[in-house]
Amino acid sequence: MTRSLTPLSSSPSFRRSSSARFYSPTASLALVTPLIAALLAGFLYPVARLIALSFSGGTLSHYRRVFTEPLHLDVLFGTIEVAFVVTVASLLLGFPVAYLMARLSKGLAMAVAACVFIPLWTSVLVRSYAWVVLLQRNGIINGLLIDTGVTEGPLKLIYTEGAVILAMTHVLMPFMILPIYSALRALPPDYVRAARNLGAGPIRAFVAVTLPLSLPGVFAGSVMCFVLALGFYITPALVGGPGSMLMATLIGQQTTVLLDWPFAAALSTVLLAVTLLFVLLFRRMLSLSKGLNSVY
Amino acid sequence: MIGQTLSLAGLQKRYGEALAVRELTLDIAAGEFVSLLGPSGSGKTTALTMIAGFEAPSAGRIAIGGRDVTLLAPNHRNIGMVFQKYALFPHLTIRQNIAFPLRMRGRMQKTAIARRVEEMLELVQLSGYAERYPNQLSGGQQQRVAVARALAFEPPVLLMDEPLGALDKKLREAMQFEIKQLQERLGATVVYVTHDQDEALTMSDRVAIMSDGRLMQFGTPTELYRQPNTEFVADFIGRMNFLDGDCLDCTAEHTVVRFSERTVLKLRSAANDGTRKYAAGTALRVAIRPERMRLAKRGDGGADALPGVVDAAVFVGSTYIFLVRLADRPEASLQVQVAADGVVPFQRDDAVDIVLDGAAAHVFPVTERCVA
Repeated sequence: MTRSLTPLSSSPSFRRSSSARFYSPTASLALVTPLIAALLAGFLYPVARLIALSFSGGTLSHYRRVFTEPLHLDVLFGTIEVAFVVTVASLLLGFPVAYLMARLSKGLAMAVAACVFIPLWTSVLVRSYAWVVLLQRNGIINGLLIDTGVTEGPLKLIYTEGAVILAMTHVLMPFMILPIYSALRALPPDYVRAARNLGAGPIRAFVAVTLPLSLPGVFAGSVMCFVLALGFYITPALVGGPGSMLMATLIGQQTTVLLDWPFAAALSTVLLAVTLLFVLLFRRMLSLSKGLNSVY
Repeated sequence: MIGQTLSLAGLQKRYGEALAVRELTLDIAAGEFVSLLGPSGSGKTTALTMIAGFEAPSAGRIAIGGRDVTLLAPNHRNIGMVFQKYALFPHLTIRQNIAFPLRMRGRMQKTAIARRVEEMLELVQLSGYAERYPNQLSGGQQQRVAVARALAFEPPVLLMDEPLGALDKKLREAMQFEIKQLQERLGATVVYVTHDQDEALTMSDRVAIMSDGRLMQFGTPTELYRQPNTEFVADFIGRMNFLDGDCLDCTAEHTVVRFSERTVLKLRSAANDGTRKYAAGTALRVAIRPERMRLAKRGDGGADALPGVVDAAVFVGSTYIFLVRLADRPEASLQVQVAADGVVPFQRDDAVDIVLDGAAAHVFPVTERCVA
């Protein structure tokens, strides 16, 4: 049902997939070869080179620097914290939107979907600069606050961790909304009707039936958001300050300003490992809820 | 469990301009098994949806045991329902599914709930399946769990929306029997929606036939079969032959119909229910069941027989079905059912007389002219 948008839970259905019956193994292989070749050349090879680079000089000295210098550890934990807060904020704000979209009539749902999609199609750079315009010292929000007398002088809004979280939540929200929407949309209305019929009020029916059955979508959206947030570069670089540096910005600095490529490679490898660790953790959580897995 | 009465008074559902259900009035006795039978789009499921409370009626009232529930939320109606695709919660075990209505009511102790779940599982012969998930059960088992869940809180009324539609024929027949037995044992009032007339006729105490949002006839299966009061019901229930003719002399006692220049038939049954009289020349449609006719050699059929020619003979096990073309109206073909005992009495192209049981014929006014 929601398989197409919940990649984390999709492996069993791949094996069952009916397309396997239509293509011979040779034809299947021929069809996936270009993609695999592109992945090998454009992704796996560079990553392998990167990892090799991080061990350059035959020592672990770069890694030692990552884990011993407090600044780097701070950035790493700060990044995880920001990614976590952004994911939770996206979930809390995105779920109601997805729920609304799933329940509205076709026309209205399209209108809301457009509101979700148009930002997604707009360049991240544009959206991030929009936040700069809004939040800067003499920006729109500060102007409004001063004009209405809420504050005396301009507040420091931009170049703070709050600004980073705000802008990243905005940018990543569609990745949360869409999987949840697809999970809710796939839910037969009879389930909620059955719950109501069996004595549950609207809220209890939601908590007991709709919410648990939408969890695969919630997991998929959360993983997507979290993973993207861990490696986010442009938005934090624009609206964040030196005090709210994230891993991607740090890596960027090492490669473009300090030109310390082996150390940047070590940082990247650590970030990659942390990301993979969290993906595995999420997967484990999903497979632990046995009943939920049996849903789809 | 004690079933309660269910009465629908002038129930109506309007979607924009269209009327999905118009003026549905039904009084269902406590413990009665009533089917809503009709083709798809006849409004039967919409009616059920309104009884369950998922949609508000545009007009009319619904009362259970004399209590008006028209405006009550579905969770306060205390009605059991078995959904077409069962709607078992996939993330809950069978035990949790059956316990769901009991937990929602919040009046039962945990141990009492556990005991009731066991009882219900025993009732539907699924003890030992409590810890499984719905998708680990076969269609028939899921169906039984759905029944158990709907009955767990002893609802005064049980609604079933084509509950056997997803099962294969053999299993469907077995389940019909099981559901009927269970209903009689518990004394539940059941409203059963189906488009399968065999299902409706075998299970129900009374059947409400619906078409195009209207109630066409409400009666026992025997009444519907023997005394259909409209052409629609006559056609919908069982096999029926239709033959168009003109009224020559229609009284409360008999109907004389002319089918062609040479064929005039005097039927001992009155037009319709005997209350309607037709003027001479009125176009009439005579309906008669295949088993209420017999075949004789041409000339042996007596005065009130229709001369015909055998078109085809079909052997269907216990009976033969003969397709017979009328001699002087070759476009009109009748099905005649004859008990099969040994030799085939007639062959293709044999000249025969069709002898009608005049008392078993139904006469309706013709609304549009066509020969069935």
